Amino acid sequence: MRIVIDLNKCLGYAQCVPLAPEVLKLSGEEAVMYDPNPDDTQRLRVLRAVASCPVQAILLDYRDDPGKTTKP
Amino acid sequence: MTPEQAFAEAMKFENRPNPYPFFDELRKTPVARTAHGIYVVTGYKEIIALAHDPRVSSDLRNGSLLAMIRGGDSSGAPSDADSGMAEMLDKYGGDTMMILSDPPDHSRMRRQAMRHFGPPHCPDLIPSMEEYSVRIVNDLLDKLKGKHRFDVVDDYAYPLPVAVICKILGVPVEDEKQFHVWIAEFLGGMDLGPEAATEEGKRRQAKGRESRTELTKYLIGLIERAEKKGGEGMIAQLVHDTGPDGRMSSSEILQNCILLLVAGHDSTVNLLAHCVLTLLRNPGSIDKLRKRPELIPRAIEEVLRLESSVQFFPSRSALSDIEIAGTTIPSGAPIFLMYTAGNRDPAQFPDPNTFSLERDAKESLGWGAGVHTCFGGPLARLEVNVGLETFLRRVRNPRLVVDPPPYRPSQIFRGPLHCEIEIDGIEDRGAS
Amino acid sequence: MITRSLDAFKANGQIVIVGASLAGLRGAEALRDEGFGGRLTIIGDEPHAPYDRPPLSKQVLEGWVKADRTKLPHRREIDADWRLGVAATGLDRTKKLVRLGDGTEVPFDRLLITTGVRARQWPNPAEAGLEGVFTVRTCDDAARLQAALAARPRRVLIIGAGYIGSEMASVCRKLGLDVTVAERAAAPLAGALGNVIGAIAAEMQRDAGVDLRTGVSVSALEGDSRGHVCRAHLSDGTRLDVDLVLASLGSIRNVEWLDGARLAAGYWGLGCDAGCRVFDVHGVVTDDIFVAGDVARSPHVLFGYQFLSMEHWDNAVLGAAVAAHNMVCEELDRRAHLLVPTNWSGQFGVNIKSVGVPSFGDEIAFTQGAVTERRFAAAYGRNGRIVGAVTFNQGKWLQHYEALIMRSSPFPPPPAGFDVPADARSVPADFPPRGVGAPDVILTGHDPNERQAELVQPPR
Repeated sequence: MRIVIDLNKCLGYAQCVPLAPEVLKLSGEEAVMYDPNPDDTQRLRVLRAVASCPVQAILLDYRDDPGKTTKP
Repeated sequence: MTPEQAFAEAMKFENRPNPYPFFDELRKTPVARTAHGIYVVTGYKEIIALAHDPRVSSDLRNGSLLAMIRGGDSSGAPSDADSGMAEMLDKYGGDTMMILSDPPDHSRMRRQAMRHFGPPHCPDLIPSMEEYSVRIVNDLLDKLKGKHRFDVVDDYAYPLPVAVICKILGVPVEDEKQFHVWIAEFLGGMDLGPEAATEEGKRRQAKGRESRTELTKYLIGLIERAEKKGGEGMIAQLVHDTGPDGRMSSSEILQNCILLLVAGHDSTVNLLAHCVLTLLRNPGSIDKLRKRPELIPRAIEEVLRLESSVQFFPSRSALSDIEIAGTTIPSGAPIFLMYTAGNRDPAQFPDPNTFSLERDAKESLGWGAGVHTCFGGPLARLEVNVGLETFLRRVRNPRLVVDPPPYRPSQIFRGPLHCEIEIDGIEDRGAS
Repeated sequence: MITRSLDAFKANGQIVIVGASLAGLRGAEALRDEGFGGRLTIIGDEPHAPYDRPPLSKQVLEGWVKADRTKLPHRREIDADWRLGVAATGLDRTKKLVRLGDGTEVPFDRLLITTGVRARQWPNPAEAGLEGVFTVRTCDDAARLQAALAARPRRVLIIGAGYIGSEMASVCRKLGLDVTVAERAAAPLAGALGNVIGAIAAEMQRDAGVDLRTGVSVSALEGDSRGHVCRAHLSDGTRLDVDLVLASLGSIRNVEWLDGARLAAGYWGLGCDAGCRVFDVHGVVTDDIFVAGDVARSPHVLFGYQFLSMEHWDNAVLGAAVAAHNMVCEELDRRAHLLVPTNWSGQFGVNIKSVGVPSFGDEIAFTQGAVTERRFAAAYGRNGRIVGAVTFNQGKWLQHYEALIMRSSPFPPPPAGFDVPADARSVPADFPPRGVGAPDVILTGHDPNERQAELVQPPR
């Protein structure tokens, strides 16, 4: 998978970090670090983390984004 | 309808299943002065602005809400409902809890509590609850095998987060029968609506006070035991904290443990129950999520946008005159940030009353905003994800028995009292 | 000007994007989002697909993430002709084509320039060529540097304590490496945040065990018999034994390939209007050439309409979107690039975030929190208006300041109701004096009607 965190938007709420602990880490109190190209085994956890962000700062590749690959 | 009338309607018990038309009415004045000089905020962008404004306090001791409720203001005499609330809020003398405090105390307490709960100091605790949660929900469904009807609240949504928060805090889960009643009565006694003035309402408040006292005594017992004997869980860790910020005061430990125990499960119950309720109200969504479970995390956020577990928290007040949306909130005025109304603001969420799995992710207010954003959010999400995934996988053909289901009385913590469903059966656990 | 109709251009036109990093990628996506269905070519000098740079100086150097594993997600299907690993070497505006290093030419109807910046190398080429002397901008740089750090050098010297240099110093300490930082200014981060904040950043470095030396420059690097760097000479006469040197001397804008194209391109970047349309050498706007990202320099309404270069992530993303929109719309639908810039840096366990343009301010006031705990917010002002803010581990308050900056609110801002710093007076922010580049444009011609601007190539 590919993700990128818009760290300009990210305000360090860290709601995401415990939901995908292999992919997201907190450095200090509010600086989030991430693995930009996590293994596919982390998919569900990453999707949980993405959904959790209060400012929607975690961006997915469209091929990984369930919201972009579903139609009503 | 004046904003004051709209707010009163939104608070009425009979409107608990659907308060939204009244919030829409209120939102015509996104920052509206209502009874007792309370400023009720229903516009999304105004809520966001005030939640991030360092002139807005969350410390009840700063605002005049208490004084207004106790002594009444020029707009009318205080009702019994109000005095009940005043006592509820006043009860925690001495130090206070995170949610009712401002920086720097708020930030310190949050760090002290987070140190034993989440990253960076304790990154593994919440993830470690996944396996435990899976086991709990599977056990719950195993028990329902052979049944064709069950209550999503009592039989499924409630037991999961209670078991988890007990384990995390170090509260004996076998005491749940006791504190379940106390907490229900305590929250039921917090009534900001017109029913508070009725005989029934007064009885509930009296009961709420008693139960609150019992709960407090119970937690003091646990804290004292942890002081003497140590033990597992956050209560003992807070009591014996040697972190860089030192140890919280005893009354802070008490207050925050009450907060963590109550908020640590109640709003999760509401969310999980609302998830099932909302999916059942939207034909096709269950099949879709079964086929594409990767949509579950965003479905949960969308449910919370539609049905806030915490509609608002009546703690905030202005510390100076604040100009917003053409109004000046005067210094000292209480401010209610109505997350539940902001989450259906059409300016932020087009077609706001529709449940949509395709909705472009927008920043919803379901978990609060600003420094008071939900402390336990990651844990709650983990539990609800596990709870919903397992429900969808194992519960065959669920159908709502009554819609709307009966709601609990609280305006703040909004959720179904029960949510009866009929089912065709429970699948075996399967290989996951 | 496009002679065909806009619809025909959108259906069958040819757009070339030069620069295949964040701005180029997002620009390509935005063009497709805007309905551009014609031919799209993306040219990048690096052989890699677009990747994210911020992790390079942090999680990559720490060894957690591999340098080739920071590929950027694509936000949509692009359907482009990718020409990676080949640099653009020239622009012919008359024939409307881009010349590439492999001798080929790519014609365009409209061009988007997103060539960004590169790391400024250590100025002495012989010394820069020593083994163990690094810069970091690309993922290849980061891979080499990571390997060198993993070999546990005895002492690292970082030259320059801007954001990147400071982040690297933090990584070195996290890895348990001895590190010296030499900074010409009085404090780290002084250029971006001023010396008042710089003094706090300096304390953070020293508390973390960095051997921070300010007010000094490095005058020479010395190599051993194997050609590996072994010693540094500082301007105060000291000599340091070092076996890894990282030059973090800021960036150089990638505009050389535009030589001869008579555009407003120089050391300051590529000038454009607020709609990302590139200026020619006279400052007259062009019709078919657009620019976004680090290399762009455009006027900003909030900051006195001054031309700003914003080497920030969000500038690349928003600039690319605005440029793409304006490339395929009618005149009346054009949008402006009205970014309120934000920046962030994680170092020494502290999340430093800024909003607005702190360096546009000349005063600073601490507004929230406690400096001693490195948890605070401070606002920057100029002429009684707030123009920027910075937070140290207080990011959750940042949007309050952003709103104040957008409204050009009075400085100092209204006092917070709680957690007010002990000393909240405004003081001079104390930015180091700006370097003024040599004038590299001259006017020729006697009669005003005959006047022409000529770029004078500065030494490179």
